[in-house]
Amino acid sequence: MDTMRDRFAPVVTRLLDEDPRVAVVLAEIGRDGFAEALRRHPDRVVNVGIREQLLVGAAAGMALTGLRPVVHTFASFLVERPFEQLKLDLGHQGAGAVLVSAAASFDWPAGGYTHMAPGDVALLDTLDGWAVHVPGHPDEAEALLRHAVAAGDDKVYVRLSVQSNARALPVDGERFRTVREGRSGVVVAVGPVLDAVLHATEGLDVTVLYATTVRPFDTAGLRRATAAAGTDVVLVEPYLAGTSTAAANDALADVPHRVLGLGVGRAELRRYGRVEEHVAAHGLDARSLRERIGGFLAVDGVVPAGA
Amino acid sequence: MTIFEEHTRPHGYADLPGLMALMTGDEKHGPAATSTLDVLWVLYDRVLRVGPERMDDPGRDRFLLSKGHGPMAYYAVLAAKGFLPVDWLPGFGSYDSPLGHHPDRLLVPGAEIGSGSLGHGLPIAVGTALGLRAQGLDEPRVWTLIGDAELDEGSNHEAIAFAGPAGLERLHTVVVDNSSASHARPGGIAARFEAAGWSALTVDGRDHEALYAAFTAPHPGRPHMVVARVEPKNA
Repeated sequence: MDTMRDRFAPVVTRLLDEDPRVAVVLAEIGRDGFAEALRRHPDRVVNVGIREQLLVGAAAGMALTGLRPVVHTFASFLVERPFEQLKLDLGHQGAGAVLVSAAASFDWPAGGYTHMAPGDVALLDTLDGWAVHVPGHPDEAEALLRHAVAAGDDKVYVRLSVQSNARALPVDGERFRTVREGRSGVVVAVGPVLDAVLHATEGLDVTVLYATTVRPFDTAGLRRATAAAGTDVVLVEPYLAGTSTAAANDALADVPHRVLGLGVGRAELRRYGRVEEHVAAHGLDARSLRERIGGFLAVDGVVPAGA
Repeated sequence: MTIFEEHTRPHGYADLPGLMALMTGDEKHGPAATSTLDVLWVLYDRVLRVGPERMDDPGRDRFLLSKGHGPMAYYAVLAAKGFLPVDWLPGFGSYDSPLGHHPDRLLVPGAEIGSGSLGHGLPIAVGTALGLRAQGLDEPRVWTLIGDAELDEGSNHEAIAFAGPAGLERLHTVVVDNSSASHARPGGIAARFEAAGWSALTVDGRDHEALYAAFTAPHPGRPHMVVARVEPKNA
């Protein structure tokens, strides 16, 4: 299967053809995919070199002239390194852009911690007005990229990953989707962790919600699910553990509730290796998830074969 | 437009100290407060094709004040040129005033960017020049004003090093040099721009004719920068 990032340049190249407002800003990373787009639209495909402050600042300037910039590099260099540019050049100026990241949590484990940014969504959470899409499949990535570019002058973050679920689900760029219904708790699976969560909760009497848009947080969707399944909530996020715990707490502020936030650990592992090894190290494989979810919800179920 | 009719009468350069005094409460201003004053006046009076009535015109020139510290001279010039009412000036820095100690583009009529944190104007100006070029708007010129110490910020150097080779001819930077950088070498400011392929001139930042000549000097195919030298900040 191709990756979400394989879809990125072809989709945005089509959007460049269709919409004269769309522009692409790169800092070397990802430029090869845009070679043809650069030939067709030399003024709307800009590679600023290895200059990430300029990457965001220039995108903001383009937005102020009326363009819709799509800005891409690895999450470490898109959100962390030029964070003040996100805060001031976009937020404070009242300008919008679509940020498309790759390799955020541990997509390239052999690359080490310099190329990991599991805190990207948590960092954006300190700012006002960002929409955050976390697709779980290349087809969903394509739909959410189109949705993001079409979102007027909004500030939108699209988090692409090499991790993926086996099958795509319909996404609307707003709401959580109910994929399983139960009565003893709600598990929210964000993007590419859905398959592991479904495997982990097989035979458990829980509702599973699938989230591909996490900001704004679908407060109404979570509340609806808890009406039938109770107010014990587990969040499973493919980025820093607990990133959405506050949002879930706020959604249920007027009722007694419990929230467990699972995701990527804060501690630096100092390990290389493969993605699956990091999934397991952070307790995000199906077996660990079943243990942690089952323990928190105190639900009994048949352990699925192979879990 | 009644607001402008009520508050705007023709103001000249000689009125600027009085307008600044509405903010500072003092007719006399030291070199630090006025380091940008002559540069701003010459730009708004003779160079920039802008005006209060043109702020929605995509073809207007863009002036991005990057050095947002000490914006009294900027507000005074904007008031003198009718962008904002003179009677806003006395409220400078107060809770209900749109005029803060660093400007906010969403509050100040005529301000193309909000600034304060140093090193943001030039990268945004690069993007503005790119955005105008991408839309076939070849006429508008983009200007940004930075301070000599502000040039310490590395983000400027990302922008300088990109804009020269990219041939952003419509991009202009004026560096107001009041010798406030702690670590500097003579001629170092212009040299760094020139090394990146910019056209560069250094002039007396109080001499209006020299400033005008430098601001309007031709620079085909290259971005242009002017060092405007004024009295040392700590002299």
